Amino acid sequence: MSENLSVISEAIRERFAAQEYAFLGEVSLIVKPEQIVEVCKALRDEFNFEVLTEETAVDYWPEQSPRFHVVYRMRSLQHTLILGLRVPLEGNAPSIPTIEGIYKNANWFERELWDMFGIHVEGHSDLRRIVLPYDWEGHPLRKDYPLGYEEVQFSFNFDEIDIRKPYAKE
Amino acid sequence: MPDRPTLTLTEASMEEIKHLVSKRAIAGETVLLNMGPQHPSTHGVLRLLLELDGEEVVRCIPDVGYLHTGIEKNMEAKTYIKAEVMSDRLDYLNNVGNNLAYCLAIEKLTGLDVPPRAQAIRVILTELQRIASHLIFLATTGLDVAATSIWMYCFRERNLILDIMEMCSGQRMMTTYIRPGGLWRDVPAEFEGEVRSFIKVFPSRVDEYEALLTKNPIFLDRTKDIGVLTQEDALSWGVTGPMLRASGIPHDLRKSQPYSGYELYDFEIPMRSEGDTFARYIVRIEEMREALRIVEQALDKLPYGPVRSDNRKYVPPPRSELGTSMEALIHHFKLWTEGFNPPKGSVYVAVESPRGELGVYLESDGGPKPYRIHWRTPSFTNLQILPLIARGHLIGDLVLLIGTVDIVLGDVDR
Repeated sequence: MSENLSVISEAIRERFAAQEYAFLGEVSLIVKPEQIVEVCKALRDEFNFEVLTEETAVDYWPEQSPRFHVVYRMRSLQHTLILGLRVPLEGNAPSIPTIEGIYKNANWFERELWDMFGIHVEGHSDLRRIVLPYDWEGHPLRKDYPLGYEEVQFSFNFDEIDIRKPYAKE
Repeated sequence: MPDRPTLTLTEASMEEIKHLVSKRAIAGETVLLNMGPQHPSTHGVLRLLLELDGEEVVRCIPDVGYLHTGIEKNMEAKTYIKAEVMSDRLDYLNNVGNNLAYCLAIEKLTGLDVPPRAQAIRVILTELQRIASHLIFLATTGLDVAATSIWMYCFRERNLILDIMEMCSGQRMMTTYIRPGGLWRDVPAEFEGEVRSFIKVFPSRVDEYEALLTKNPIFLDRTKDIGVLTQEDALSWGVTGPMLRASGIPHDLRKSQPYSGYELYDFEIPMRSEGDTFARYIVRIEEMREALRIVEQALDKLPYGPVRSDNRKYVPPPRSELGTSMEALIHHFKLWTEGFNPPKGSVYVAVESPRGELGVYLESDGGPKPYRIHWRTPSFTNLQILPLIARGHLIGDLVLLIGTVDIVLGDVDR
């Protein structure tokens, strides 16, 4: 971890009571969902993190608290630094405030969060599905969403699977 | 699912898209027009909803997802080695770069060392791929401004690069040549000669393209001051790659956080400050020249030695050992059935693809399959600024602007 990054990390940790997670030289700060807008504003305006590099989520199902981690990554071109943020979210229907007002390109990343993970983004200007069709059911990158295998029927469980199997209706 | 308002576009009625279009569209003063997804000038399956005042674009609403293949979900269900072939299919003009980003992420997670020869060959192939990708940009952009001959010339040179790829890996496009811990195998003996003859012929060909376009008055009319992207917009929208450099910010990951030994080579970062279509064209032309310089230096310095790490816990043993060594056979069997288990944790690795920052966020739970892999693709972020730069321009220019963002829809939709 470079010296600059540890100074920034310490300042944010003190102000927002955040925790640090460091692994192989990469630093992530764990912050609460209600603080995320404030943290982003501080990072952009005070510490020169001009660019939002990515925003995505990880599903820890069947764990429930936290079930999701929303992962942000900001880059400072001026100081060539990169810093991650992780926001733990509880339960099956979580929501998180938008950071669209601070980093404009969060728009599509947050639409993807809704589309793929079903994480509701409060205050988003255009929260539609982004890559899946508008009438799609479910959120595919959740861990409880099946990949789409067809179960193999054997003689001992033929009827059991046959009941659940979707057939073309008349 | 909980009782939350479903935010879906049930049908394309005015009610549901009214927050996207201007008030004039609702009053009926402007026209709403659908463009794509099956349209030759949208460079793939991009759909645009256009609000037009005569021929002028008032709003432009991109609708992506027609090439969504669920690659991230599929990769979670495969072992690390098997998942690599899916990375080729993301950005199908930069396969080597995708493999590189994926392998660097695994190497960072597992602490694998890559031999210097493998690193140099990785750089050579990635830079050749960058040239090939920029040639596609040049060809299609030329075609968008009705310069048909440049299309033929660019594809002629691209073919030479694809021949080199085929010679190394047996595949022209989906190579999967770069593997965790090194390369699939060493390059053939003819490799150096082929690349040298390409280096010899290519500079004059770039001059040829420039002779066709750079001072062509029709091309200048169509590109100068069209689609200007300011520095502030470029930063707040997170634009990367040649688009950012054409707006006056000299940011290149190969310089700012070198990977794969890029710090050994001497090259410049081409930069322009205008931020218009012409600047983006010039930046990409110059980048081809710089890429060629890197290839030449890497080839001159190409060290001898192994091309694969000898850490047998992650890298399969060579075929020749299988017949004589019991241990090699066990490693081979374990790696191709169960796969390897990297330590628990998450890493983010980014490389400079021809389109910008290509990042891999890889999270491992200690098992043989990636727990979560997110591809931070450059086209996805860059495409978001299309509505901004297209505003107020004609439909004819919009076609050129899609080309100049240089999107690959496989990269956008994943």
